[in-house]
Amino acid sequence: MQTIDLETQSLRELNQTLHDQIGQTNQTAWEINNPRGSHAIAVGLDAPMDVTINGNAGYFCASMNKQANVHVKGSAGPGLGENMISGTITVDGDASQNAGATAHGGLINIKGNASARCGISMKGVDIVVHGNIGHMSAFMGQSGNLVVLGDAGDALGDSCYEARFFVRGEVKSLGADCEKKEMRPEHIEFLKDILERTGADAKPEEFTRYGSARKLYNFDVDNASAY
Amino acid sequence: MKDYDSKGIPHTTPRYSATFSPDANSDIRRAAATGIYDIRGGGAKRKVPNFDDLLFLGASISRYALEGYREKCDTNVTLGTRFAKNPIELDIPITIAGMSFGALSGAAKEALGRGANAAGTSTTTGDGGMTAEERGHSSKLVYQVLPSRYGMNPDDLRKADAIEVVVGQGAKPGGGGMLLGQKISDRVAQMRNLPKGIDQRSSCRHPDWTGPDDLEIKILELREITDWKVPIYVKIAGTRPYFDTKLAVKAGADVVVLDGMQGGTAATQDVFIEHVGLPTLACIRPAVLALQEMDMHRKVQLIVSGGIRSGADVAKALALGADAVAIGTAAMIALGDNDPKWEEEYNKLGTTAGAYDDWHEGLDPAGITTQDPELAARFDPIEGGRRLKNYLKVLTLEAQTLARACGKNHLHNLEPEDMVALTMEAAAMAQIPLAGTNWYPGKGDF
Repeated sequence: MQTIDLETQSLRELNQTLHDQIGQTNQTAWEINNPRGSHAIAVGLDAPMDVTINGNAGYFCASMNKQANVHVKGSAGPGLGENMISGTITVDGDASQNAGATAHGGLINIKGNASARCGISMKGVDIVVHGNIGHMSAFMGQSGNLVVLGDAGDALGDSCYEARFFVRGEVKSLGADCEKKEMRPEHIEFLKDILERTGADAKPEEFTRYGSARKLYNFDVDNASAY
Repeated sequence: MKDYDSKGIPHTTPRYSATFSPDANSDIRRAAATGIYDIRGGGAKRKVPNFDDLLFLGASISRYALEGYREKCDTNVTLGTRFAKNPIELDIPITIAGMSFGALSGAAKEALGRGANAAGTSTTTGDGGMTAEERGHSSKLVYQVLPSRYGMNPDDLRKADAIEVVVGQGAKPGGGGMLLGQKISDRVAQMRNLPKGIDQRSSCRHPDWTGPDDLEIKILELREITDWKVPIYVKIAGTRPYFDTKLAVKAGADVVVLDGMQGGTAATQDVFIEHVGLPTLACIRPAVLALQEMDMHRKVQLIVSGGIRSGADVAKALALGADAVAIGTAAMIALGDNDPKWEEEYNKLGTTAGAYDDWHEGLDPAGITTQDPELAARFDPIEGGRRLKNYLKVLTLEAQTLARACGKNHLHNLEPEDMVALTMEAAAMAQIPLAGTNWYPGKGDF
């Protein structure tokens, strides 16, 4: 286990050290101590490594991640896993707004709650939130899956494209062009797998699926009042 | 029409209303017929004070000129000297502005790269991400981080020679964009991770940050991902150039790109293009003042865009304090957009060469703003690149000619004192004395 202590080492040293692992896999276990809410921790990783952050992270933790498994043993600030491509991010606590924004792939597993705009403009990532999510989550979500064990705030899935949303609790309101969908066997199978992988204590049958009604895919003036 | 009626009474000359002009009336008829506003490409077409309203004074007894064709007048510029390990070195202070693959064909993007390469300058990606063609043909490529993040990925981020965080665009400050379904080919759809044939909305705000404090953290993130190697530009629309420049610099920008309302777009509502933002001429001095007040002029470079057409425009923008300019519409015209040789086909589309702006429809006779394979095949990227190179060379030669006439051995030595204004409006906006006076509005007594 390699350790980087942000009390004695700079953010630059941290990220440079982790970037130096790109193309090498000799040192695969990393621990970051005293993160103290620093921004941009472990960003742009591109190696199959395990990075544990012992504490709270600030903005853009593990953003643009590829391959790495990042575990935040605390809470994460805005933009967690922003534009992630692959790998996994696990947050033991809560995540602030914009978690998984524009992320293309991989898995973000938030054990607590996620704030507003969780999964905004998501482009293929899978996000599992064990608690609740805030308003305008998955706004303009393009693809991927957002699984919420708790409740969703206002305007879930507003102006979404092909992203899928599975909510176990209440949805305060749906956004423009987002509607309730039928749960088919493939959705149950998908949920069964992802709930198991993320250690979520829930049954697939408890969830309701939401997604795009596809009425706003091509501009039509008769739909103008929907915006 | 006869001059007299049947009783021999003279007709008055038919008179159009200045308010309800033929243009305005056609807009009304169109709106009444369709129920939807007009969407088009390009920048503001209305007449606004511009660089034509400024003149250089040239040499005199108190200023001596440099010999054309003999004495040196340098044109190089370095962008990103503030924080980046690897600033961009350009031979000429004229860059190619961001235009997306999607809005433009792959061949058109290739031609931009070829032309810019040959002229020693940079190109910029757009809302569709980075294509192999433009990376392959652009030795210096600026990668835009746009609100939509279509095609955004860390690999391309690391391949870029600079990163441009786009906050605004001169044609539509505060607005997003729409790539209509007819331009969404398989490749465009795949790059943007959306179904083929649907309208693709480009957001007006970034999804992961809001406001100047967040922007500072966003820039930190991008620097950390790229190991502080490449310059980070912040592109702002010409709306509040003084404040936005200050905020961009405080947020950590290496370069500020400032786009006035004549700057083009691929597709936006006509009402937006014509009624939001500032003329480019009015943007430059407030931005330069902001940089000067922060002791950042020439340390954070300023790139100005929006309606640059000639070497005179280049020289005037630089004389007002810009470090470089960017061209978009002019580059497209150089490639062959709106060329009169396609007049017959423009007529079929209900327009004429020079006025065609429905780029979003994908029917461009010149094959530049289209994803239609047949139309796109009309455009030769090698010839297009050659034309762009020629045009960039002419812009540079013209700017050098004017600079030498003012006694400057580098384009950056041009200064506001080298110019006068022809109109009160231009004098006020550019803070340049009205010709024949030493006064401009806002500066003491006449």
